Amino acid sequence: MDYVQEPVLSVRNLNKQYGGGCLNCRGAKADRLIKNFCPVCGTVYACRDVSFQVYAGEILGVVGESGSGKSTLMECLYFDQEVDGGEALISSYKNGEANLFAESSQQKRYIRNHMMGKVYQNAALSLKMDFSALGNIAEKLIAAGSRHVGRMETRGRELLEHVNIPSYRMKERPKNFSGGMQQRVQIAKALSNNPPLLLLDEVTTGLDLSVQASVLDLIKTIQRELGISVVIVSHDLSVIKMLADRTFVMLDGQMIEHGLTDQILEDPQHPFTQQLVQSLL
Amino acid sequence: MKEILAIEHLSKSFRIHNLHKHIEALHDINITLREGEFVGITGKSGSGKSTVFKCIYRTYAPEAGAIWYHSQTFGPVDLARAPERQIINLRKREIGYVSQFLNVMPRTTARELVKQAVLEMGREERQAEWEADKMLAHFELDEELRDCYPATFSGGEKLRLNIARAMVKRPRLLLLDEPTASLDDASKLRVRELMLQLIREGTTMLGIFHDLAFMENLCDREYTIRDGCLTDLQNHVPSTLETMREISLAK
Repeated sequence: MDYVQEPVLSVRNLNKQYGGGCLNCRGAKADRLIKNFCPVCGTVYACRDVSFQVYAGEILGVVGESGSGKSTLMECLYFDQEVDGGEALISSYKNGEANLFAESSQQKRYIRNHMMGKVYQNAALSLKMDFSALGNIAEKLIAAGSRHVGRMETRGRELLEHVNIPSYRMKERPKNFSGGMQQRVQIAKALSNNPPLLLLDEVTTGLDLSVQASVLDLIKTIQRELGISVVIVSHDLSVIKMLADRTFVMLDGQMIEHGLTDQILEDPQHPFTQQLVQSLL
Repeated sequence: MKEILAIEHLSKSFRIHNLHKHIEALHDINITLREGEFVGITGKSGSGKSTVFKCIYRTYAPEAGAIWYHSQTFGPVDLARAPERQIINLRKREIGYVSQFLNVMPRTTARELVKQAVLEMGREERQAEWEADKMLAHFELDEELRDCYPATFSGGEKLRLNIARAMVKRPRLLLLDEPTASLDDASKLRVRELMLQLIREGTTMLGIFHDLAFMENLCDREYTIRDGCLTDLQNHVPSTLETMREISLAK
């Protein structure tokens, strides 16, 4: 029964701040902050006590206005940033008993290379624009311990084919690719080590509609075929509506509301969520 | 017969913050459904019929009261409070919902849409394909149309597809929110046939129909909602269905 399963990823009280804090704002007391900003020392509280679970084979949506802490959250989960508090457990790592944030950087690299894939809005953050598309995939495979060139090439071709990159362009540099193609190479790269968890940060933002559609379809197909768990961050509610089973809403670094995606869209409770949904075209 | 759904003192209101509005939608609703029953809900438009349905399906977050559903896998579940993941599971396997509007995945063909519904139940690919085809054929959706995107379908075609998608799962509890509103008579007949078949197979149904002729001889009991409140329930509308059921029981 898939309902009684253990979560694939479990995050508890994740905190991230930019700045040291001061007497005024320590403990992130809400009434002393302007939104999530301390007017005395200038500290920004980007994520405040964010907790959630992701289960096998589900897509969890994260929405919120820009600056609400969505991307910071994803960066913390992928160890792009150090957290200031909280824990994250992954079921496939040490039986889901070790706090990932407390692991050594070597272990973090291992977790990142074997148990996660991430796709950024800005492809340059994950792709080496001067390597070939195939080379980019090989890079991640090498990081995960592969050494056999022939096998890596086969795997790379298979993945790129899966995301519809024509075989005659696989040796080309992503620099020459369109935005949509770059996103697809990123997705192929993120999937290369068969991670149980995929983190998608604004993957369709800035793409034109037809390209956006093909990327969304690809995500849906991959998720269905591989049974992978996905956390998708987007400020575009229609993307969330199409993909996510459950959704949570962030505002000023806090999770203000969560629910089934259709409930969030049809019966939002929080004033900010209502405003967000009303803004939907 | 065993109770399958018991709505107790359900209330729901909507608070629209930026307009400073508070709208009372449902007040102290009590409804019970026994296994295998078909119960109709009537009332003027705007009286809160659909709101009841959406609360059961948790598209709306109920405010007060309980919605007890006796699940096959989980036993008694309060749909008003159950965890989201459990609701998702029940939606996939036990509770179906048909509205007047088709909410489709873009760029997914009609055939794929119905097939996905069967796959969600945990069936195999081949069987899902077969069942989807059978259902689409029953609703006389042209062979050619089945491999097209429903976004381009006519209103009636969309509606038929919508019903096919819900019914192909043979859910234990089926919520029908005016599914026949804009169908022609031949299609209505098709829907009716299938409803009778599902009732025979044991599906419990709660339905809203404006078409009283359609309701007649089909539902066992009726509730009427007026301004968000339940009024007198005409407790027993004897129907051909009951007679049918008696006959099958006698056998």
